[in-house]
Amino acid sequence: MSIEVLNLSKQFGTFTALHDVSLQVHSGELLALLGPSGSGKTTLLRVIAGLETTDSGQVLFHGEDATDQHVRERQVGFVFQHYALFRNMTIFENVAFGLRVRPKKFRPSNTEIRERVMKLLHLVQLDWLADRYPHQLSGGQRQRIALARALAVEPKVLLLDEPFGALDAKVRKELRSWLRRLHDDMHITSVFVTHDQEEALEVADRVVVMNEGRIEQIGTPDEVYENPASPFVYEFLGNVNLFHSRLHRGRAWIGAIEVEAPEHAEAEEVAAIAYVRPHEIEVERKQNGDAALAALVVHVLSVGPIVRLELVRKNDIDITPIQVEISKERFRELQLVKGDEVFIKPRRLSLFPNHQNKGNETAQAC
Amino acid sequence: MTAMTYPLSADVQKQQAMQEPAWIRMFLIGLTLIFLTLFLFIPLISVFYEAFKKGADVYLAAITDPDAVAAIKLTLTIAAIAVPLNLLFGVAAAWAIAKFEFRGKNLLITLIDLPFSVSPVVSGLIYVLVFGLQGWFGSWLAEHDMKIIFAVPGIVLATVFVTVPFIARELIPLMQEQGTEEEEAAVVLGASGWQTFYQVTLPNIKWGLLYGAILCNARAMGEFGAVSVVSGHIRGSTNTMPLHVEILYNEYNFAAAFAVASLLALLALVTLALKTLIEFRNQQHQQRGHE
Repeated sequence: MSIEVLNLSKQFGTFTALHDVSLQVHSGELLALLGPSGSGKTTLLRVIAGLETTDSGQVLFHGEDATDQHVRERQVGFVFQHYALFRNMTIFENVAFGLRVRPKKFRPSNTEIRERVMKLLHLVQLDWLADRYPHQLSGGQRQRIALARALAVEPKVLLLDEPFGALDAKVRKELRSWLRRLHDDMHITSVFVTHDQEEALEVADRVVVMNEGRIEQIGTPDEVYENPASPFVYEFLGNVNLFHSRLHRGRAWIGAIEVEAPEHAEAEEVAAIAYVRPHEIEVERKQNGDAALAALVVHVLSVGPIVRLELVRKNDIDITPIQVEISKERFRELQLVKGDEVFIKPRRLSLFPNHQNKGNETAQAC
Repeated sequence: MTAMTYPLSADVQKQQAMQEPAWIRMFLIGLTLIFLTLFLFIPLISVFYEAFKKGADVYLAAITDPDAVAAIKLTLTIAAIAVPLNLLFGVAAAWAIAKFEFRGKNLLITLIDLPFSVSPVVSGLIYVLVFGLQGWFGSWLAEHDMKIIFAVPGIVLATVFVTVPFIARELIPLMQEQGTEEEEAAVVLGASGWQTFYQVTLPNIKWGLLYGAILCNARAMGEFGAVSVVSGHIRGSTNTMPLHVEILYNEYNFAAAFAVASLLALLALVTLALKTLIEFRNQQHQQRGHE
């Protein structure tokens, strides 16, 4: 079952939650809506579910318009951030609820219900908790029950609103790889909302990055991480260093470093910002002919197999440190200590002319 | 080894830090006890003492007197109408306030509190002004041969008005705290509005609802001021128990007055016991919800 969202807009008072959003969810894929709070991701999910109305735009299920369909008729499974289990019912009754409320003609018999509920509880590996109440379960267990309850009605799509947001780090990691395996087995079209980039990149087939009610980029985890389409995506997905630079006819300069920038062939003397990931910076002890930026090591932090360096450019008015990640081997070769002088050069960078950036005052001056 | 016994658990230490000297504690507890004795226990005991002073026969005669029986019946009837009406209104209002966003919400909350802040006599007078013979609808009602003031409908109206806040006030914070997620979950799973209310919302608020209903009932049976203005004190017809007590008392028929009053006092005691029981159950329920 595919989901299509066409030109959705939604306003809460003066706040624009969704701004002309269009999106296609392929049948059977696991899609992540990723963004900071207030980016509209939860609103988009709730609109797809039918829990929120829109000001304009359409939601299509399998090519059919579902915009005016009531939540009840959409046959979606929804998992809430805070589980929303029925506190006055046992775990069994929670999972059975969706079957029990069906009109008599469509309602399975009691034995069928029992069978199906126990099968689902087995699937989420919690069949031994059937007679407990929600308050007797841990957060991770509750969320798995919430998932079983959503699956009980055999939904056409599964929607999850920050499903692991309220759990502690360890349980969160376990549950997300579990969700991935579950999805691989069931192939039900699923959309989940998260503000955790690691979670989105690790679990989803495709990631939709949202900001201020708009979609910034849609792509596979690799695509959005390796080729961010906008400064926002760059900064939201992982650490990044910003360097002021100058663009002119397909070439860019960061200090004395000159790089090719064929995609900006038209640019005439434009100020731009270069985005460089910490692990894509070359560090040398000596200047070996090529142009490089001189910097001082101000901090060394060794974390597992990688070493994080904090550098400050020499003769710099801006003191925002540059984050660099190098392998432990390379670190041993260089034998760096605090206060050493090094020469750095970006191995790979993305350039965004200044009019695309807002609020990037922290960029390195040239 | 002495050092081993010295450190206290954090709880005990905190308790000690918070505790006032013994004499202050004794003074405060004593003051409360004296106050309660003077203003609560002695009057309560005296009601029963006065009621039975002339013997059980007089007591029984007083409460089986036809006028007394009529008053008791009327009071029960009024409560039987007012409490269900307010249950309905209270749930509706609390539902609207807790689960929807709309303009004028705060005004509605304030309006629900109004009967608590207005003197009951004024509430009664409002109804006389609106439905009385000289009131806005007075002549129209007279033409159609309908009597509201100095009749049972007026007493019901006044009682309903005075007891409006009890259930709504009890439910609003409870429902606000519970939020709408469980209802949303139910609807997504295909439940109808009624199924959602009956199977999800109602079980979650039942203790609060019962608590509100009991307080509402106590007040509906005990209301004096507003009812006094609209009832007309017609013996055997529009006299409720509190009004009947007043009439008997004014006629220097103390034994009978206290006998009927003792029934109202008994009602208060039963209400108190039920309230405590429900509070206890409710606490257990909430602990379950919060864990």
